[in-house]
Amino acid sequence: MADKKTLTFALMDAPFETARTTTALRLIDIAARRGYDINVFAYEGAVFVPFALQKQHANPIHGHPEVEEEDHPLPREWVSALIAEAEKNGGKIDWVNCGLCVDERGAGESVEGVRRGTPGDFWEMASASDNTLVIATK
Amino acid sequence: MVGYLLIESRDPFDWNDVSQFYDLAANLAKSGNQVTLFLVQNGVLPARKCVHSEALSAVARAGVDVLADEFSLDERGIAIGALVTGVSAAALDVVVDQLAEGRKAMWH
Repeated sequence: MADKKTLTFALMDAPFETARTTTALRLIDIAARRGYDINVFAYEGAVFVPFALQKQHANPIHGHPEVEEEDHPLPREWVSALIAEAEKNGGKIDWVNCGLCVDERGAGESVEGVRRGTPGDFWEMASASDNTLVIATK
Repeated sequence: MVGYLLIESRDPFDWNDVSQFYDLAANLAKSGNQVTLFLVQNGVLPARKCVHSEALSAVARAGVDVLADEFSLDERGIAIGALVTGVSAAALDVVVDQLAEGRKAMWH
């Protein structure tokens, strides 16, 4: 692909908390559908976005007393879907979780395709990319 | 000319520094740069008529391309027809387009 691009995104927000996570994943989805190579550096609370132990829950307030009825969306499933989408379109997602942030939070279990790294990986990703977007918390 | 992509996710009702981000966009445009101010999440709130919308129109008059994320508008019940002068609705794809073309990008 002659116009194949490489984009890097830095995320800092924990899942289930802010619209920034949703917007970040929307951006990654668009790039994945284009077959771009995508780097994600997850820092601080964002290391929980691909956390493999996320579980759905029921919600009686919604009138859904059973887990299946609520069908609560899980970010880890979105991350897996994005990785698959990128590969389907000839691209790839290199998702790096900051190792120190992982250790602090006990977030060692991630979905397949996520690796451990350091802020040095972010520097290397940004240096090798066509562009980088940092989505900071505040 | 590389150009700038400024992404505003905050609304000026909650964040006083939003006006500074608007000023940055306007001043970059007045300096001869190609600038897009892309509104997303609660950043789209002043795109419909309110006490802060004139500031947004002024940014557009300074030469900035002011765009509002269609998805964020839909979520907040803001019709495209209700957007103030100078603001246009756009898909989030524009952000990826401009990242890919190498715009200098900043998220606020």
